[in-house]
Amino acid sequence: MSFRVIDSTFPAGHYYFSGNEAVAEGAIAARCRYYAGYPITPSSEIMERISVRFKDLHGVFMQMEDEIASICSVIGAVWAGAKAMTATSGPGFSLMQEGIGYAALTETPLVIVDIQRAGPGTGQATRVASGDLMQAKWGSHGDYYVIALSPWSVQEMYDQTINAFNLAEQYRVPVFIMGEEAIGHLRERIEVKATLRVFNREKKKGASPFGTKKDDGIPPMPSFGEGEKLLVTGSTHNEMGIRKTDDPEVHSRLVNRINKKILNNRESIIQTDSYYLKDAEVIIVSYGFTARSALFAVEQLRKEGKKVGLVRLKTIWPFADEIIHDIGQRAKMIFVPEMNKGQIIGEVMKYASCEVIPYNQTNGEIIHPHRIINEVRRLI
Amino acid sequence: MARDLEEYLRPGINSTPFCPGCGHGILMNLILRAIDECKISMNDMLFVSGIGCAAWIPSPHFNADTLHTLHGRAIAFATGAKMFNPKLNAMVISGDGDLTSIGGNHLIHAARRNMDLTVICANNMIYGMTGGQVASTSPLGALTSTSMDGNIYRPFDLCKLVLGAGAPYVARYSITQPLLLVSAIKKSLSTPGFTFIEALSPCPTQFGRRNRYDSPADMLKTLAERCISKEEAGNLSEDELKDTIVTGEFRIE
Repeated sequence: MSFRVIDSTFPAGHYYFSGNEAVAEGAIAARCRYYAGYPITPSSEIMERISVRFKDLHGVFMQMEDEIASICSVIGAVWAGAKAMTATSGPGFSLMQEGIGYAALTETPLVIVDIQRAGPGTGQATRVASGDLMQAKWGSHGDYYVIALSPWSVQEMYDQTINAFNLAEQYRVPVFIMGEEAIGHLRERIEVKATLRVFNREKKKGASPFGTKKDDGIPPMPSFGEGEKLLVTGSTHNEMGIRKTDDPEVHSRLVNRINKKILNNRESIIQTDSYYLKDAEVIIVSYGFTARSALFAVEQLRKEGKKVGLVRLKTIWPFADEIIHDIGQRAKMIFVPEMNKGQIIGEVMKYASCEVIPYNQTNGEIIHPHRIINEVRRLI
Repeated sequence: MARDLEEYLRPGINSTPFCPGCGHGILMNLILRAIDECKISMNDMLFVSGIGCAAWIPSPHFNADTLHTLHGRAIAFATGAKMFNPKLNAMVISGDGDLTSIGGNHLIHAARRNMDLTVICANNMIYGMTGGQVASTSPLGALTSTSMDGNIYRPFDLCKLVLGAGAPYVARYSITQPLLLVSAIKKSLSTPGFTFIEALSPCPTQFGRRNRYDSPADMLKTLAERCISKEEAGNLSEDELKDTIVTGEFRIE
């Protein structure tokens, strides 16, 4: 594996960043050197910081004419050799979906940050929600798999942005950071370490860039200008990139591989944190900003002697099926608070054998700990 | 295609997918001829195309890096590649529907930014691949599968559109004017910044048969007759200009 340790781009130490600023710095540290975006609340601070910081780093910043152009130019830059990203929010994320499917089928590594706001439609542009999680998985047409991360702190906005670039490069796949308005605009102290681990895409001259012998392999990825005479197409293609638009075998092999390469590696991709699970009768499954309230609530309830635990999903896709299956067999019930009408709870119900209770709030505000405390008190 | 250009074609790709009488094969020849005459190595070329018949001119036929993208978005993809690696000689080849309708926004903004791209728009005035629907470039009265009573909307003047957006080199020629077209492509390859060529290319299958052309040859002949130079056009009245297509270079900076 080609992980390398490199120096951080920011002097090691403690900094007071907003979540959006931390994303920009994480991307820069991971050696992202192409950014294209379009202004949208509540993600624009990422673009603003990148536009300033790239000047000294020979990075290329493009403010494009819309989000469609942003994602497409990012894909173009990646094939020209860049580590590249864009950031947006709900309406822009919707516009990017066709490009995301193209990136998935052409196995283009890139990072998209979605600072989620209250939808649907234009909704409430400055208010928080986590309503785009299913869109992250199913937003583009056809069957493909992506990786989606759900940071809960400014520190994680920094760390998970670096992780997102590593995952993208390692698996040649679009990776999403499913931030929320509250975390994008929250300011916290974070630690920047002197070094970091990065993964750079594997190259092998003359190798087929779109196929492997294994049915879940990740092919090496050349760039334009390296003399490889690349054929990149968003149509179904064979291992050399030649369009095969009516060959059932080629299509099923390609679609299977781009799904399997993620699903078969899900144990190394998925990250979760567990708190107070040992004797827990009620287990809260939470992610993103809501998990902060959930942990506070669990600690309060423990003081009252209530047997409550927490599983925090740091990775949303691929879904943490094994741990949910496991806690479903041990707990009496699972409680899932979400800033949407019930998205991840559907996944939890797929794998948990116990009772699963929803708590949904879609009023543009964070879920306060006392709401979780009150709900869990009623359950026990 | 003449044997001397064979080295520009991807080994193993032996035929084009174009219909009999389609102009895109001629355009393919003219583009490669211009690259050959400019002595540009195919190793330095990046061909970016969208979706549609014309998008298949470079992909997979040209023996160079090719990026076959989404419908309408070729220029946006090319922008990213060119901005990150300016050494790439990026040429966008796509159709009128792709570049000027679904992708119209990217076209005008790339021209506004003077992005260093050569854009060749193969204009057949119709959506060929999808079955002959009316396009933003279809002439008034054109019979198409979605304008059976004749097109009621005015077509874009693509050269004026791109000129208005600020491109330093804009030209229009038909594939019936091969030498002029080669010379225009050569000029656009050697002109820095955003250069745009509207290459008129007949579609006998979708446009010709619905609009009462007897044969592909008849369509080519009519196209050749309708194309006049901008100098000739200067002496004609508005009435005389009615059925003509004004060709030439519209801005050279």
